[in-house]
This record gives sequence, C-alpha cells and structure tokens, in this order.
Amino acid sequence: MFARDHATARGIRVTEFHMTWLVRYARSSIGAKHIMAVTGLLLFLFAVVHMIGHLQMFGGRDMYNTYAHFLQSLWEVKWPVRAGLLVLLIVHIIVALGLVAKNRAARPERYAKFKPVVSSAAGRTMAFTGLAVFAFIAFHIIHFTVGWVQPEAFHTLDAEKRWDAYSMFVIGFQNPAIYGVYFAGMVLLALHLGHGAASWLQSLGLRHPKYPVDRLGPLIAFGLFVGYMAPPTAVLVGLIRMNGVG
Amino acid sequence: MLKLDARVPGGPIEQKWANARFEMKLVNPANKRKYKVIVVGSGLAGGAAAATLAELGYDVACFCFQDSPRRAHSIAAQGGINAAKNYQNDGDSVHRLFYDTVKGGDFRAREANVHRLAEVSVDIIDQCAAMGVPFAREYGGTLANRSFGGAQVSRTFYARGQTGQQLLLGVYSALERQIGAGKVTMFSRTEMLDLVVDNGRAVGIVARDLVTGAITSHAAHAVVLATGGYGNVYYLSTNAKGCNVTATYRAYKRGAGFGNPCFTQIHPTCIPVSGDFQSKLTLMSESLRNDGRVWVPKSKTDTAKHPDQIAEDARDYYLERKYPAFGNLSPRDIASRAAKEVCDEGRGVGPGGRGVYLDFRDAIARDTEERIRERYGNLFDMYERITGENPYRLPMRIYPAVHYTMGGLWVDYQLQTTIPGLFCLGEANFSDHGANRLGASALMQGLADGYFIIPYTLGDYLARLAGVNSAIASPTSSAFAASEDLVRARLDRLMNVRGSRSIDSFHKELGHIMWEHCGMARSAESLKTALEAIPKLREEFWRDVTVLGDRDSFNQSLEKAGRVADFLEFAELMCKDALIREESCGGHFRVEHQIDGEAKRDDDRFCHAAVWEYAGEGKEPVRHVEPLAFENVKLATRSYK
Amino acid sequence: MSDLNLTLHVWRQRNAKSPGKMVTYKVTGVSTHASFLEMLDILNEQLTAKGEEPIAFDHDCREGICGMCSLMINGRPHGGQRATTTCQLHMRHFKNGDEIWIEPWRAEAFPVIKDLCVDRTPFDRVIAAGGFITANCGSAPDANDILIPKESADDSMDAAACIACGACVAACPNGSAMLFVAAKLAHLHRLPQGQPERMHRTQAMVTAMDAAGFGNCSNHYECEAACPKDIKRDVMALMNRDYAKAALASRDRETKSDGSG
Repeated sequence: MFARDHATARGIRVTEFHMTWLVRYARSSIGAKHIMAVTGLLLFLFAVVHMIGHLQMFGGRDMYNTYAHFLQSLWEVKWPVRAGLLVLLIVHIIVALGLVAKNRAARPERYAKFKPVVSSAAGRTMAFTGLAVFAFIAFHIIHFTVGWVQPEAFHTLDAEKRWDAYSMFVIGFQNPAIYGVYFAGMVLLALHLGHGAASWLQSLGLRHPKYPVDRLGPLIAFGLFVGYMAPPTAVLVGLIRMNGVG
Repeated sequence: MLKLDARVPGGPIEQKWANARFEMKLVNPANKRKYKVIVVGSGLAGGAAAATLAELGYDVACFCFQDSPRRAHSIAAQGGINAAKNYQNDGDSVHRLFYDTVKGGDFRAREANVHRLAEVSVDIIDQCAAMGVPFAREYGGTLANRSFGGAQVSRTFYARGQTGQQLLLGVYSALERQIGAGKVTMFSRTEMLDLVVDNGRAVGIVARDLVTGAITSHAAHAVVLATGGYGNVYYLSTNAKGCNVTATYRAYKRGAGFGNPCFTQIHPTCIPVSGDFQSKLTLMSESLRNDGRVWVPKSKTDTAKHPDQIAEDARDYYLERKYPAFGNLSPRDIASRAAKEVCDEGRGVGPGGRGVYLDFRDAIARDTEERIRERYGNLFDMYERITGENPYRLPMRIYPAVHYTMGGLWVDYQLQTTIPGLFCLGEANFSDHGANRLGASALMQGLADGYFIIPYTLGDYLARLAGVNSAIASPTSSAFAASEDLVRARLDRLMNVRGSRSIDSFHKELGHIMWEHCGMARSAESLKTALEAIPKLREEFWRDVTVLGDRDSFNQSLEKAGRVADFLEFAELMCKDALIREESCGGHFRVEHQIDGEAKRDDDRFCHAAVWEYAGEGKEPVRHVEPLAFENVKLATRSYK
Repeated sequence: MSDLNLTLHVWRQRNAKSPGKMVTYKVTGVSTHASFLEMLDILNEQLTAKGEEPIAFDHDCREGICGMCSLMINGRPHGGQRATTTCQLHMRHFKNGDEIWIEPWRAEAFPVIKDLCVDRTPFDRVIAAGGFITANCGSAPDANDILIPKESADDSMDAAACIACGACVAACPNGSAMLFVAAKLAHLHRLPQGQPERMHRTQAMVTAMDAAGFGNCSNHYECEAACPKDIKRDVMALMNRDYAKAALASRDRETKSDGSG
C-alpha cells in the first residue's frame, strides 16, 4: 500500500551519478547560464578591443596601417586568438540553441493574450539578433579578412609596403550598400549586447543592489554602436578620405 | 455506548506529562517501519505529525485535498505563536501560560492537557527556529516578541504578519524531506470520505482522488485526523473555502464522540461584509489591537459622519472604557460581543451599521507612520486592496466574524478519540482551548500535537497492539468494501438529485441560519428556530440541489456538495449542543445567562465537556459528559476589567 | 457604485488529455466590491442555472496567502496589480462592458488538469529534493542560541514570503521556475541554520528543477514583475553564484540524506 510515485526526487539522483560533475554542470540550466555569460563577456571584451582598434582610423593611414601590421605580424598570438574566438562563438551559439530548444519545450502552448511588462524586445529576440550578428560576422570576415566582397581593395600595399588596411576601409565604406550592411549589423549587435551586457552580472551572481551596473547594459551597447559606426560614418560623409583625415 | 476515559496520568500537574511519557510503551526502532500510519490533513498538526512520525521510522501516508501540503489553512494565521519562553523577563512562565489559557478558555478545558501544551510550547520555538523559520529578531539577533489578547506578558513570537505561513512552510519542508526520502507517501488532491472501523478499531480510510474521481481504500495500523475546524458551517468565515467538517463528521458517524460542537470563536477584527456575493471574510490580525484603538461614535446620529469630523469626546473607546486592565487587548469573545453590542445599539459604522473603527491615528502620531508600516504594512496593504480605503488616513472598519472552532472530536490525554486507533490533532479535536481560544494559541496547539505529543502517544498505542501483522486489515476486506459502497452510493445520490438550486445557495442559506441563530449570541428561542429550519433545508437540499459534471472525474461541484451535505447534518448537532448548554461561557453566549452584559457561567451544571455520540440515521444523538476538575487554577469568574 | 456587465473569454478543457478552447461568456450584475474569484462564482452560479458545468478554477484561502489561486488575466498573471493575487484582485479595477481573457498558467511542467486548474506538483518535488533544513524534531538548541542579525532575518523573510503560486513560471516566456527555486534557497541561505547544507541543497534543487521540465532563465524579469509577493531578482543572483560554487568548488555529497538524519 501507500504505493505511489513518490520517489521522483530519487530518480533524478540516479541519473545524476551517471555523469561526471563537469558534464552535469555544463548541462544544467544554471551551468548553461554561466557558459553564456562567460563566453558572451569574453566576446564582448574582444568587441571593445576591436572597436578601439578601428577608432585609430581617425589617426590617419600611418597609424591605422601600423596597428594592422602589428596585429598581422604577431602570428603566434593571432592564430590562437582567432581560434579562441571561434571556439567562444561556437560554444556561445551551440549552448544558446540548446537553450532556445529547451525554453520552447518548456512553454509549448502560447497564451491567447500575453502582455510582457518589463522584458525588452531586445531581450526576447536574443536568439534572432544573435544569429543575425553571427551572419554579420561571417560577412565581415568574408569582406575584410578573406577579401571576397571587394577584391579590388584587398591587400593593396601602402608606401611602406604594408597591406593598406586604411584604403581598404575607406574604399569599403564609401560604398553606401556596404555601409548599410555594417550599420544594420551594428544595430543588431547593439540590441544583442543591450540585453547581454545587462545580464552577465546577474547570470554569474555578481550583481549587487548597491552597484546596479546591469542597468548600464543598454548604455554600453549604445557606446559600442557609436564607437563602431564613427569611422565608417566619417568615411561616408567624407571626413575620412583616401588622402587623409579631416 | 461511549466510554469516556480521559486517561489523565497521576501526579502533580507539572509531573503528569513526564510520568505519562515514562509509562508509555515504546516500539522497537527496527519494528517502526512495519507500522503504517495514515495522517489526514497536512497543516501544522497533520504535517508535523506526518513528518515527525516518518523521522521516527513509521511508514506514513499523508492526505490533503489541496494540490500541495503547503496550502493547508494554517498558512493564513497572521499574528503569531505563543510560548512561555519568558525572553522578555516580564513574568512569564509555563504556569502563567497554563493559567492564562485555562482562564481564557473560560474553564472548559482539561487542565492536564493545557499544562502539557504550555510545557512543550518552549520546545516548539526551538524546533521551528532550527528548521529555518525566519522569526522576527531584535538588532542583537535575539528573538522578538509581541503582545496578544488575553495576556499581560509579551510571549508571542512572529514572522511579520505571516507567522502561520512561515511555521507551515517549516512543517512542509520537513514533510517534503520525508517524501523525498520515501518515508511519507503524499496523496494531494485526495479527500477522505469515510473512516473504516473494523473490530472496534480504526483501520483505514476511504478517499476520493479529486483528479480522477477514483474511490480508493487505504489501510493502516492507526489513523490520525488533523483536518481543521468547521467554521465554514457559517458559510462566511475567515476559513479557506475548502475547510470542512467532512473528515471529523464521518468519524463521528463511525463512533467517535464529538466534543463541544457549539464552541465557536468569533474573531473581533475582520473586514465587514460588503455584499451578498461575498465568499469569505478576511481577518485583520489581532496584533493590530496592540496599536489600534477600537471605537464607535457615542451618539447614533454621528455614525454617518466622516470619522475625522467626530471629535475626541464624541468617540466611545468602549473596550478601554469597559475593560481598563486589558483595554483593546481584551480576549476575542469579549471584544466581539462588545462590538455586537454597540452595533445593536445603532452606533455601528459603515454599510448596514455593522462595523466599528480600529483607529491608528494616535499610534501614527506617537510612533510615526514609518514604524506602523514596518509592523503592519502587509495587513494595511491587504485592507486597502479589499476595501479600497487607505487605513493610514482613515480608521479601519472591522466587525467580528467566525474564525475558529474550539469544538471537535473528543480526545483523551493521549489525543485518541473514542475509537481506538483514531487520533485527532489540532483544531479538529475538541482542544485545549475550552470555550474560547486565546490569540496565537492555535499555532501552538497544532505544532504541540504534531511535533511533540502524537509521536509519543501513537507509539504507545502501536506498541500495545497485539502484533504488527495481526492488527492491520487488508484494504480489500469487507469493512473497506462496505465503506467504499457507502461512499459511492452517496456520491451517486448527490449526482442524481438533478434539482434546480445551486450548492452555494444552500450553503449560504445554512450559513445565514447559523449566524443569526447560533452565532455570537444564542437563545433557546433562536436555537429552536434553527433546529426547525435546518432539517427543512437539508430535506430541500436532497430534493432540489443541482450537481453538474461527472462523478468519475475532476468535479469541484461534487466536492462542494459533499461538504455542504455534511454541514447540513452537523449544524443540527451544533445547535443541539448550544441549546442544552444553558450557560454562557467563552464563545458560547446564551442571552438568558448574563450579568451586566458579561457571560454567566454555570459551574454547578456545566463544568464539563459535552460529548455527542452518533446513534444512527434519524435517531437523536446521545449526549455524554466528561466532568472537568480544576485543581490548579481556581474556578472563578473571568474578569478583564 | 453600479454593477458591471462583462464579456469573458475563458479557457475550457475537459481534462488533461482532451484539447481545450477559449469560450466566451457574458456575466451580469457583478458588484465592484466583489473580488475576481467572486466574479467567477457569480458566473458559475449563472452557468449552473443554465445547466452548464461550472468553470473549474483553483482557490482556497482567498486572502492571498495559500498560493492556490492562479489565472492569467488579460495576459498578466493574477491580473497584473502589484503584489496582488487573483483572489485579492477586486472588480473595482474593471469597467462596465470590459472584455476579460482568462487562461490557465501555461508551462510544460504545469499541465492543465481541467479548465483553469493546473498541476503544480513539480514545485513540491523541487522542495523534496533539498528545500529543507535537516533538523529532526527534538534535536534543536534553544532558539536564542542561534543569533541572527535582524537584517538577515528580514532578508530571509522577504524570500520566504513566496507562496508557490507559479505566477513566475506563468509569466516567464521560457516557463522557468528560477524565481521560485531561488526564493526558497535565499530563504534558507540568508540564515545561519541554512549554511551546513548550502552547497548540496543548491545543487539538488537545481537538478530537480531541471528534471521537472522548466525552462531556463533569460534574465527578462517578467517573474519579478508578476510575483504577488514582490520577490526580487536578487535571490536568483544568489542562486546563480551559489550554484557555481557548489558545482565547481565543493565536494559532492556521496551519500544522500536518508530522511532520518
């Protein structure tokens, strides 16, 4: 008697011990949150560094090409960093796709009426903006790293026989279509980061009510957007030209 | 024929519980798992009993009609829990708590039980704190206390205005720990519909799975009922909608004596009724009377005025005037009757003149609004949500409402009913509160019964059974089959009336009869009126009620109908008990028996507990008495003046 | 105040297996003093009079504490009034002629039992996995032996106020139960009594939560906005941090509690 399925909690524990602690952690809901937060944060930091690099366009051809040359010549660093970023990106995307699937399964039936009150559209569309940003990054690599989009501007040499990244940049963004693609890409990135930058402290449990820095998420995202779009916009409006800045 | 043996142990009152425990037989730890125990109800008493019995090693099954044991109505208790800790150094002691409780109950409780309650009260606080109940604390980290009605010491422990919730969550977590460990099998959304008695012993229950409608039998070595009170016989009460008398009433029909059914408590501070659609009444914690002052206008002509326009000397702070020693903290029965009295005089305020003010103006002026918000914020918010009025600006309007029932299944010192093997705990038993319960004592009693008494007394019962295997009936035995048939037949009968009146309309009508004729004030005449009206209503119910849906599926109408049908029978028993008790004591106020508006007890004729025995369908129930002896607290007229 | 006549769109579903649909009803003569559930009572009386089966909905205490009532009302759990359960929502917040959509909580972990009633027992299973302090009855020290700063007791109480109604799950676009689970953890972990089992408890409850089929948290905080007891997102931050510590930096408990301590 008294037989009823009361031992569900036990059942959980049994499967639990088939996995190692690390796999169990990575597969858990909060483990996934941590992975999203850490990979997202590292990718975000890369984006900040990358943005600072591009802001050197305002310093003119020599400054920018020196910077580009410096990066290219450090192949011992370049390839591990590239590989690392790729891994971060892949992990970030795979875990995110897993979460999307899990979250959809957890709410299979929709409400006839549903009024979200505090969540942002950016937050609710993370999966979409994330995939779009991924597509954008792919385009960006094809454009500036592989050189298939504007081959005529790719790997020309400057006066000091360095690859003329400055010219590539200027020629690229003098084309309004290219500018438009990057503008859209940066809007998506900003939306994605608007929620992401507001989330990672909470996800890692580091948010403190006294220091509500997570509220700065949208501001950080906007700053990044401005920082990224400033050089291309300067090119488009003619502030940065083939023959110099200003 | 009922045999009432209270089995009070010998020795001086302070030694009785220790003596009793020593005399109890114990069950070998290795044998405990072979004993099956059914606990019906998962509130403070039932949940604590189920968890603690499982900790000891018994094989426990626990039943509740809600979707989770955490929803039991203990959760709604607001103000606090008493314990004789004397942390405030203000003169409290076990003996004083014992004394206050016996006196507060107007000398209608069994002394030995009350003393035991006071003794274990201190252990309850320790146990709850260890389990993580977030009691209010002083800045230094020690426990905080507040005052409650009927006591002149600060002995009430609390967790904001949600003490019952926090205590219940403690009980629930202990219970869930045992469920997770496989020691307790939990049956939620399952309602007990009959007690099974075989060879004079309780051997199990028949229950209905409320989701599937399946009728199931459950056998055990002992059955513990902790199913709460029957305040919903009045339809409107502070009880949850699901609270009912069914489990205890079915046990009564199987031979358990029902003690003092007429002892009901009307709580003085509830939000008044606002219309006939009203489905329940909401309590405003008694703790509010620590700072709020109760008043009505001195003159009838002022009742419609805005309270701000009534000058200080035109206000009648009637509790402070009539009971200067206890003032606004007078016990519940007294405060309720005083409110009724001033409203009967036409001095009540609000719609229908059925309300008195509970005013925080002076407290806010003295302590600032901030401090008051800290103490009672959630209660004030609740008041505002329900009434749409801001109690920081306007005095609250309150009126008495049915809150608690002191009556219940009669139990001996071991908490066993008149059926061997059937135990009854918490509000469901006829309790330690006599004719009136003091505030913050219900939580104390529930936990005392569940945590600290039943684990001993049930063990004693089991140890005295002939043997583990011989004592348990099979759930397929004829006693169970007969019970199941009875339950099914009754459900079919309810489904098949197919009348024209809704279940609620009957319940409301019954509630109205009970409130008018067996409420705060009762007379021989009113009770006779009720005793005529109730059978008529019951007859109409079985002729004209409409229960829609199916018998064998989730059907809230059918659940409700079964409960109302039991109330319709039980109400009659209450009125009979009230009619025969020709005295006023505690919550039972007979208008014929009063001196200057105060209750007049008749200790010569009624210094006893009345215990009713079911005599069969259509037969007059038999009234027995358990005489009460007061050897440690002198019988005296209760005075709070 | 005058009475209200309303149009209701209510989810009707016979049982867990059969499909459900929104059904439109008119309800008349509802007092503005009535609570939302009393409005449904009135509708049910009107349905009963017509011989239609009343709408099943969960409720019990009707004073905002038992957590039994639910309902998605016009797309907001408990109707969207701050810190208010459905049973405490009053009709004075509606206007005559209003249309109201009433749906059950929606989540894979909370299957519909009938009409507006859902099965919330996964919450119990999460508590059974670790939402307790192992302290057998009788083993407690004097309550004042454990000194607890008032701030800790207050913070603990803020989290302990959870009524397990499930509004957080219902509001979450992902059907996540993290606010519920984190509230219980914060209740226990803000007290000294909760420390001995802290790491194991965090892991056990999160594991049970995941197994019950709840979704993951995306930091939208719809749960916080929907919570009738005003439980704050801080509790989830605490859980997230503790989980990292528990999973990555503490020894796993080899033997599970046998329940008898």
